[in-house]
Amino acid sequence: MILLQAPFLNLQALLDGIMVGAIFALAAYGMALVWGVMNIINVAQGEFVILGGYITFAVFKAGIHPVLGMPVSFFVLFILGYLIYRLIIFRVVDKDMFISILATFGISIMIQQIMNMIFGSQVETALSGFGTVFLFNGNITIALIKLFSFVVCIIGALSIIYFMKVSKMGRAIRATAQNARAARILGVDTEKVYAYTYALNAAICGLAGSLVAMTYTLHPYIGLPYTVRSFMIVIVAGIGNIPGVLASGLGLGAVEEFSSYLIGTEFRIGIVFLLLVVILVYRSKRLAKKREYLK
Amino acid sequence: MGFDKKELSGITFLLLLGVFAPFLFPSYRIQISELWLFMVYASTWNIQGGKMGYNTFGNIMFFGLGMYICASTQIAYSFPLAEWTAAGGVKTFVHTVEQYFTALPIGMILAGLIPAAIAGALGSLILGLRGHYFAICTLGIGIAAGEFATSMKIWGGGQGMTVPVWPKVDGQEIDVLGGSVNFFYTLTFILFFCTYFFLRWLFSTRFGLILTAIRDNEDKAEAMGIPTMRYKVTGWVVSAFFMGIAGAIYGNINGYIEPTEVAFAGATVGVYMVLMAILGGKGTLWGPIIGAIIFQVFKEFFWTYFLGWQRVALGFLIVIIVVFFPEGIMGWLRRIKPELFGEVVDRKARLAQVTIKTND
Repeated sequence: MILLQAPFLNLQALLDGIMVGAIFALAAYGMALVWGVMNIINVAQGEFVILGGYITFAVFKAGIHPVLGMPVSFFVLFILGYLIYRLIIFRVVDKDMFISILATFGISIMIQQIMNMIFGSQVETALSGFGTVFLFNGNITIALIKLFSFVVCIIGALSIIYFMKVSKMGRAIRATAQNARAARILGVDTEKVYAYTYALNAAICGLAGSLVAMTYTLHPYIGLPYTVRSFMIVIVAGIGNIPGVLASGLGLGAVEEFSSYLIGTEFRIGIVFLLLVVILVYRSKRLAKKREYLK
Repeated sequence: MGFDKKELSGITFLLLLGVFAPFLFPSYRIQISELWLFMVYASTWNIQGGKMGYNTFGNIMFFGLGMYICASTQIAYSFPLAEWTAAGGVKTFVHTVEQYFTALPIGMILAGLIPAAIAGALGSLILGLRGHYFAICTLGIGIAAGEFATSMKIWGGGQGMTVPVWPKVDGQEIDVLGGSVNFFYTLTFILFFCTYFFLRWLFSTRFGLILTAIRDNEDKAEAMGIPTMRYKVTGWVVSAFFMGIAGAIYGNINGYIEPTEVAFAGATVGVYMVLMAILGGKGTLWGPIIGAIIFQVFKEFFWTYFLGWQRVALGFLIVIIVVFFPEGIMGWLRRIKPELFGEVVDRKARLAQVTIKTND
């Protein structure tokens, strides 16, 4: 077994996986938010991530340090999410879930091509210029930017949790998630809450995307894997389980790193999608065991 | 199983279209054969999405598989497949007439049977998922299939592979049913009518009723003693069979197979079929056909104006269709003219109806 023979490789994969997993967890948290509050699966999630990345990249191209691109991505995506809600999403909120899946899918392919036209189809990265730390005689390398992005993810997640617990809008969002009708009766403007939730989700994705731009690579058509990862994380953790989202996000990152070390990086995306199928099938089998009638 | 007047006139219209359109628009023959194929995609998607209530994005996988299986059978019947794909675009191997026309039917039959078998095996695993979990899962399967085809060396990987060219005798393309374009046109035409009559028969049997029951309330259907899983899997096998053959024919029309844009094109063709069925009205036999005609006509006439913007236009179209016309043309017709669908309407009672508007 290669896994046992190479302890350093293991540790390296685990560290890389955990650091990329934090970004997945951040995007997944946004998806869980929209799913829980509005009962919509946002297929455009990955495109928001990539778009946020491109905005940071544009900031970087303008000669500013990409770390300063993070707030820019956050706010631009917030506004974009708000606009998309006011134009399209509010029409599908209370409809059948398949309609919202298709509608957000439509939004996602629009964003893809627009990004392709603006930024071109080559692979891009916003170089942060942070160094790399070598541990154990250079057997383990940690790019400082990855460590930085990990810390930003944790701080970002904590501040969102704090916002949801303390602020008035946060409490309104949680009330709407619990029971939209009751919240409306008690005077919560649910339309506003929905718009705010969707915009906040887009902004979280923008932040995640700006970290992706600095630590990994950008390409207009790699959004869908991020959507699928978020979806997987949410269904493994369950909606509204924030520590679960973080844990399964880190776990997913580690699994991906290990499998791409073992099988080959060209299969990485294929593995993500296959893992989705495996998780869903396992989940349905486990649920089927609980249904005992007709047995 | 009689035909009523409306249906007969519809079938006559399609038959006339099929026979005369290639003579009227000879330069659009390939587009019209695509139209027949699109009708097949939308009609078979309708088994899951419309009749059964299982919205799938994964039917494109059977299409791509059929395409690859047929092409590799056609090649491997006479030549080593690996050498063919290694040769790339340079055609060093030429099929004789006899080789070509024995390999093609074998390839097409395999292209139907193997995806059907895969649908049977896969279906029993994932058709247990409900609602949006099924939708996202099939979306993942469609994309994963494309990713894995990209890394298949024997199929030419990301470069793709060519399909055997129409055989020539003494430098002249041989004349079977009027050359390659007409030949494959005829095949698509026949495939569409086979699909149509098969589905028409299928929906009129107990099987069709059970599919509708599954859509309306699966738990109740199960409680009535129907083994729903078996019926769902059978429905998927039927879809996969026709999609596989459609893929086989399309591969030959296109002449070139590429994994993510041609064969497993989940983001384009995989969504087109859903849109067509929704646009026409899902759950009806004629809805997907009408939807496919409108969509294809729109696509062919307006696509050139959106050069470079096709995906933006497509995304816009998706949003417009699903947000504003979720019931489709057939659903709209049924709402304004229920008499057409054999419903007995009491005019007075209808006028006296008061709709109560609730804001919730």
